Amino acid sequence: MPDTPEESRVAATDATLDTLPKLLLDRAARSPDRDAIREKDLGIWQAWTWREYRDQVRAFACGLAALGFKRGDRLAIIGDNRPQLYGAMCAAQALGGIPVPVYQDSVAEEMQYVLEHAEVRFALAEDQEQVDKLLEIKDRCALLETLIYEDDRGLRHYDQPFLHGFAQVQARGREFDASNPGHFEAEVAKGRGGDVAIILYTSGTTGRPKGVMLTHDNVVITARNSAAADGLRPDDEVLAYLPMAWVGDNIFSVGQAFVTGFCVSCPESGATVMHDMNEIGPTYFFAPPRIFENLLTTVMIRMEDASALKRKLFRYFMAHARRVGVDILDGKPVSFTDRLLYRLGDVLIYGPLKNTLGLSRIRIAYTAGEAIGPEIFEFYRSLGINIKQLYGQTEAAVFVTMQPNGEVKPDTVGKPAPGVEIKIADNGEVLYRSPGVFECYYKNPEATAETKTADGWVHTGDAGFFDADGHLKIIDRAKDVGKLNDGSMFAPKYIENKLKFFPEIKEAVVFGQGRDYVSAFVNIDLEAVGSWAERHGMPYSSYQDLASRPQVLDIVQECVEKVNADLAGDERLSGSQIRRFLILHKELDADDGELTRTRKVRRNTVHERYKVLIDALYSDAKRARVETEMTFEDGRKGTIKGDVEIRDARTHAVLAKAS
Amino acid sequence: MAKERTNGEVLLDVDNISLSFGGVQAIQDVSFDVLRGEVRAIIGPNGAGKSSMLNCINGFYHPQKGTITYKGVKRSQMRTHEAAAQGIARTFQNIALFKGMSTLDNIMTGRNLKMKVNFLLQALYLGPARREELEHREFVEKIIDFLEIQAIRKTPVGRLPYGLQKRVELGRALAAEPELLLLDEPMAGMNTEEKEDMSRFILDVSDEFGTTIVLIEHDMGVVMDLSDRVVVLDYGKKIADGTPDEVRTNPDVIDAYLGVAHD
Repeated sequence: MPDTPEESRVAATDATLDTLPKLLLDRAARSPDRDAIREKDLGIWQAWTWREYRDQVRAFACGLAALGFKRGDRLAIIGDNRPQLYGAMCAAQALGGIPVPVYQDSVAEEMQYVLEHAEVRFALAEDQEQVDKLLEIKDRCALLETLIYEDDRGLRHYDQPFLHGFAQVQARGREFDASNPGHFEAEVAKGRGGDVAIILYTSGTTGRPKGVMLTHDNVVITARNSAAADGLRPDDEVLAYLPMAWVGDNIFSVGQAFVTGFCVSCPESGATVMHDMNEIGPTYFFAPPRIFENLLTTVMIRMEDASALKRKLFRYFMAHARRVGVDILDGKPVSFTDRLLYRLGDVLIYGPLKNTLGLSRIRIAYTAGEAIGPEIFEFYRSLGINIKQLYGQTEAAVFVTMQPNGEVKPDTVGKPAPGVEIKIADNGEVLYRSPGVFECYYKNPEATAETKTADGWVHTGDAGFFDADGHLKIIDRAKDVGKLNDGSMFAPKYIENKLKFFPEIKEAVVFGQGRDYVSAFVNIDLEAVGSWAERHGMPYSSYQDLASRPQVLDIVQECVEKVNADLAGDERLSGSQIRRFLILHKELDADDGELTRTRKVRRNTVHERYKVLIDALYSDAKRARVETEMTFEDGRKGTIKGDVEIRDARTHAVLAKAS
Repeated sequence: MAKERTNGEVLLDVDNISLSFGGVQAIQDVSFDVLRGEVRAIIGPNGAGKSSMLNCINGFYHPQKGTITYKGVKRSQMRTHEAAAQGIARTFQNIALFKGMSTLDNIMTGRNLKMKVNFLLQALYLGPARREELEHREFVEKIIDFLEIQAIRKTPVGRLPYGLQKRVELGRALAAEPELLLLDEPMAGMNTEEKEDMSRFILDVSDEFGTTIVLIEHDMGVVMDLSDRVVVLDYGKKIADGTPDEVRTNPDVIDAYLGVAHD
């Protein structure tokens, strides 16, 4: 990385600790008895101290070495967040190898692509489910030699010679370590900051996934800078529940944990996250907007069922929080009586609510990945939860911009993160350069050249601008910003986000590029609308059934018209009001390729699959018939048919330019 | 499917059993055996006497004729708690859980027979009682982990969906560390996905703990996939006994299921 700004290199505290394994050994030497990573097992939180973490990594690394793992070899890691899997990642790095975490919900075919492309020889799977997928694709991945599993449940009768248990590998490793003393230390010492630390496959909204290669420098320096910016401390608590294949987890649960020495907790299972969070009480928390939305929806639904007195109290104090809560959090002047009332609210409502959500100890919470609804954002901030937005990419090792404490606005993504330079291209695209900028895409020089310039600037592909306070505001994907036939600007994501801010709407896709007007597909939120249906005594059998009810269409129509009213107020966007919409007969699904694994809409696929419906939106039709293929969780395929009603929404007069 | 589950030792031998309620002949001269470690299915149309058969095995009903030999010991008028003490556990066709208690507590009740300390010590949670409680709790946690029901550990079972209640019931039966597990329609009323999950748990119980399983089930696909051997009952009589393939092709079985007129 020759083009890194020199000052950020200086900012790194100890230049000799330039790889993650070196940091781990240092941690284990300096605070051996502090908890490093925990997991809930058999209902009890079990922790590894830093010394145990190191010993586990050491044993597994030596085991890998005994199995023939060499420098530069790739180790695929597939499973939920588990201390053993984090340990294995570091063990591979200790030997100069490269871990390749894979999304655990990938179907076999997706997994095969990644394993083949990354030329993986070793794979570690969490359990039988993942082992079965690996065995299914093993014949097609010529280089894949050795499979290791963590949980032996159900694997007792698997007798393939290339299949090993995690504990057995560690046992072999301890023998190897005894007969090759110093091997581990020597291998760790060979590591350099410029070595590739990890390959992360980005699902990407178009085409095949790309393998982003991040070096130890990328991860370590970014982790140091961001930890310093937010004042992270060794006594912080983090819950590692987001996929290990996602770049953020590698910064929040690995990089920053190693740099500052805080303890990372792994939930018991995907279904227990909220409960585990309540027990751990994280102080530093990351969640995509979707999770904050879901939490809020759950709270609202449960409040509807509460007694009249509780509902009244809740409404009264929430209104008060909305009025003064954010100012109190930002340290702005607030009158004494308002402060007193807020205190009372904290005792009666805010405190218990935060406790139920597991958010009572939060010092810093981040959300990113997508725009968050301003109301949701304000809801959490008004409770005194310091939730902030950041803008990041896998290619940047997360951080591009972040909101500094006290300078938080719902509609921007903040100021450049430490060490990051940003410029806006003529076409509005945002470019950045930072110590976190990735090395290249693995085996894909064309894509690398398209994304990263010779002097280290990375094209984000997002269009945006800086506001008066120097905060970056992102509107849409640069390539998605288009024009309607009458020449007015069309920013689909901007409109979709406005739609998705309504709790009743889960997903939206709008069309308009090269058309006369804007129209929209909507997915309703089954939980929110379902609860509404229940309260109104409306039985329904499935998503499709609920989505075709006229009353539900009325609700969505109301939302669409509110968005139109909002858009009409913006001179540049008033031409993009939604003229016609429909509710899709099925939920957009990653298994059908309609969404990426991180749940972003794949526009092209949606265009192809629902052409009939798009055509109908641009005709006078009142209904349209559609048949779609869908994939079940086990990979089988089936078709789903539906009759979809199309509605016209009220639009508002385009504001006169003169006004 | 792995077929070497059993070592050929007979765990349970049912010999010429007959059971009647007043004038109703529920079971007539039925004999079959269950080998240690195998998964044995009892199938048959409604009213064939399947549940009555399970009730005989665990001592709830006492057959008027015939003998039941369990672990080589011929038993006479046995009570249900004696059967439980000998290592026989069961689940019920209509879930029989304590609705107001949590999943954890429900499974804990399955440990009741293993608890040694007296009631008074338990109530005071003193020395040995405390130690014992912790041991049992650990065992129960292993079951919770095994059945993947961590998320509902503290949820009252009355609030759980049907499929999960069935799983909790299986958990309670497993808590007794049975040698012989009797499952009465473990998959009744489940959707395909829930059935697949339950099938996997049943096979895993057999593999991991070596438990001998006798199950009653209506879903033929499930029975054929899960079991090593199948007994077919019809109107209280045994009409076939053998491997799933043998039973599938047996003309009497086809008659019984397709309802060919008996003459």
